[in-house]
Amino acid sequence: MEPATEKYEAVIGLEVHTHLLTRSKLFCGCAAAFGAGPNENVCPVCMGMPGVLPVLNRRAVELAIRMGLAAHCSISEYSIFDRKSYFYPDLPKGYQISQYETPLCKGGYIDIATSGGARRVRLVRIHMEEDAGKNIHQDGTSLVDFNRSGVPLVEIVSEPDIRSAEEAGAYLRELRNILRYVGASEGRMEEGNFRCDVNVSVRPKGATEFGTKTEIKNLNSFRFVEKAIAYEVARQIETLAAGGRIPQETHLWDPDREETRPMRSKEFANDYRYFPEPDLPPLRVPTELIERIRTAMPELPADRRARFVRDFALSDYEAALLTEEREVADYFEAMLAAGLGNRKTAANWVMTEVLRVVNETGAPLADAVPPPAETGRLLKMVEEATLSLNAAKTAFAAMCKSGGTAAATVGELGLVQVSDEGAIATACDKVIESEAANVAEYRAGRDKLFGFFVGKVMKLMGGKANPKIINEILKRKLAG
Amino acid sequence: MAVELCRLTIAEARALLARREISAVELTRACLDRIAELERRLNAFITVCAREAIAQAEVADKRLEQGGAPALCGIPLAIKDIYATRGVRTTCASKILEKFVPPHDATSIAKLRAVGAVFVGKANMDEFAMGSSTENSAFGATRNPYDLQRVAGGSSGGSAAAVAADECLAALGTDTGGSIREPASFCGVVGIKPTYSRVSRYGVIAYASSLDQVGPFAKSVRDAAIVLRELAGIDPRDSTCSARPVPDYERALTGDVKGMRVGVPREYFVEGMEAEVEGAVRAALRHYETMGARTVEISLPHTDYAIAAYYLIATAEASANLARYDGIRYGLRVPADNNIELYNRTRDTGFGAEVKRRIMLGTFALSAGYYDAYYLKAQKVRTLIRRDFERAFETCDIIATPTAPTTAFKIGEKTADPLQMYLSDIFTISVNLAGLPGLSMPCGYDSHGMPIGLQIVGAPFGEEAILRAADAYERSGAIARRPPAI
Repeated sequence: MEPATEKYEAVIGLEVHTHLLTRSKLFCGCAAAFGAGPNENVCPVCMGMPGVLPVLNRRAVELAIRMGLAAHCSISEYSIFDRKSYFYPDLPKGYQISQYETPLCKGGYIDIATSGGARRVRLVRIHMEEDAGKNIHQDGTSLVDFNRSGVPLVEIVSEPDIRSAEEAGAYLRELRNILRYVGASEGRMEEGNFRCDVNVSVRPKGATEFGTKTEIKNLNSFRFVEKAIAYEVARQIETLAAGGRIPQETHLWDPDREETRPMRSKEFANDYRYFPEPDLPPLRVPTELIERIRTAMPELPADRRARFVRDFALSDYEAALLTEEREVADYFEAMLAAGLGNRKTAANWVMTEVLRVVNETGAPLADAVPPPAETGRLLKMVEEATLSLNAAKTAFAAMCKSGGTAAATVGELGLVQVSDEGAIATACDKVIESEAANVAEYRAGRDKLFGFFVGKVMKLMGGKANPKIINEILKRKLAG
Repeated sequence: MAVELCRLTIAEARALLARREISAVELTRACLDRIAELERRLNAFITVCAREAIAQAEVADKRLEQGGAPALCGIPLAIKDIYATRGVRTTCASKILEKFVPPHDATSIAKLRAVGAVFVGKANMDEFAMGSSTENSAFGATRNPYDLQRVAGGSSGGSAAAVAADECLAALGTDTGGSIREPASFCGVVGIKPTYSRVSRYGVIAYASSLDQVGPFAKSVRDAAIVLRELAGIDPRDSTCSARPVPDYERALTGDVKGMRVGVPREYFVEGMEAEVEGAVRAALRHYETMGARTVEISLPHTDYAIAAYYLIATAEASANLARYDGIRYGLRVPADNNIELYNRTRDTGFGAEVKRRIMLGTFALSAGYYDAYYLKAQKVRTLIRRDFERAFETCDIIATPTAPTTAFKIGEKTADPLQMYLSDIFTISVNLAGLPGLSMPCGYDSHGMPIGLQIVGAPFGEEAILRAADAYERSGAIARRPPAI
């Protein structure tokens, strides 16, 4: 199959649905939070009771605009909501309020980094809509939980600019980062607040027309998205290479069998009969509001990455790792604010010590590690040579558990580094005196013994001596 | 005295209540007695709320005792069964909601509760407000108090009949294409459909959202003004509701129409209109001239397209609005093996023929490939109709027309021919498409003794002008009101 694979290229477009981080739902005052008991966050409006009407959540619009600005979209000053009709038990009104012909955000793009270099994925649109409830099938009966019904969503639709599973993964990660940076969404796939449908087709390399696409649903992790695309691309190429044709279908990803399979036609054959929602006036977004949101926009991941490379002399890799989560990058910068001179040390510390503790505890960054200023103070001691790097690691581990300050912890644990040249010289003399035989060997040319003497001196000083000063003094004394 | 009390107008009752010459409980009992006496023949109510009404009246009496109570405190009203009433069955005259008890109040109901009004019952109507005769009710047709063999009009026929027959002092209806004005005309009472957005639609079971509007039926123009004032105004639950301040409509009733320009649309005096209807309306126009108003001929050139546009827009919106009656969360459920069958059986059993007809019409109009030709074209026609009125109001202050081309017809006369039925609304539908305020008031009786309605239409938010014009006519004694002999 290798030759066939070489002759085709994949054409991939993604539709991402993500919850907006509002306190209340899109059209009623119910809590939008995840995790309440079944049907606790519901009211007549999000249950679709007779006669109820939607009232648009202003905050949701602002967050959607933020996302649009972050993705370089043009924001529509006039957009309307539409009704998308279909019957499903989790859809209380029998229609979803969405946007069809006039989305809130148009165009735009997301820049991604891939192993083949930088790529730009253009966007078709970002529009607002409400989520549906959730069907639960258990013990032979079906139940519906409407807590999610009416939770605000944006749907982010890309152009078919993606060419591989890897690019799709990079796009999704960048999109999620942006959403989290601008505070528009938590972007958690596991909680269902970041969902992705994939459109895949393949065509002979160099062709300009698109092949027939397959839509893949039920993808609830980045890994599944990548696997499903890889599977589907291979399947389509195999089919075409064997002279077959690809019917336009909707497929479901089966994570257990790691394959996609077509849905029954009844499950998706819909004419949604869109028409303008008469219960909501057109959404008018004044230029002043757009500008106010633009001014208040936080720095975006791509800009921050570039700044870290430019201003802190970090590598692309280091900058990418540090900026992947906004809190991590914020933490790093707050450490520097404590007056650290060596940015590399700080960066390494965050990438190794801080992230390790976060991973090990599974707790949010703010709870898992000391405040950045304290960590900064700790590293400042290393920089000023009053603390060894190893001692700093010991202190940091203790601080994570106790919540104590750097100064107090280092004091309590007696970790302060001795740089007193007199004390170190005395210790060196003692070691030279007691190790006469080894000293003679060293002086006869066995250089390797130097480390042995350093170790002896360090031991004598309880491990707290400044290794640099030990080196200097020992060298001088042994030479003499 | 009991029966006499229910004949009072709100204006009369409010004075007697305020002076404590009568109590709200007595007044409510009088209405409930009247209902008990007539309902078997009239069928104006789907649900009578006797116990609740007395309890409300007792509370109202306590407020009245303290003095300074609002105008509607202790006033017995009938509520069209399209308003969600918390804790009280709300059917919309449909089998699909036969046992539905809403957890919420419509905003209009909440406002009326707050001022101490008394709700004697939920009035009959055409199922989901789809109809012009109240024959499409799953609970049987309402009969016209002037002639029990005739319809009360629709869709708010129960509300109109209840007011005409003194089963209440006033009533709430809704008007999507004439559903307040046509039954008001057929039952010889006053009914007003305010400007679209003047009154909140929250909790009013939607038929066609861009056309539905809430309004009162009353025995006098003044009473209609009193009720409308309580209903109108901004509602945070309805984004389409206007924030315009609400005038004191009662103060607009000066009785003075001198210099008022009354537009008479040439297109509204057409073939098919009963001669007695035309005669009564023309007489009313002449009467306005004797009161100092001036009639001017106007043209509304796109009138012919109104019914077609209406039946596309209204049914399209209805097809989505009625999708929620699916047997999943509330209302009727006919069990089946799978979802699709459950929907099919529930909706097939729960909806009546006219409702199904309109859902299918609307679904078709919105379907892929037909949207532009039907729904979009209808919206363009709607814009043209609105412009017709804008242009007309450059040369007149109000527009006067017949409310309906005929008086109340016989029960069963038009049920076999939906198109004939649809023509009952030929003079009222344009007003909904243009979103304008319109009212109907009695302007005479035909040779069978059936009431004839005069429709007065205003410019957007021109409620004061049409109420003033109607009140002046009513007070001038142009016609002698004849209460039904029932």
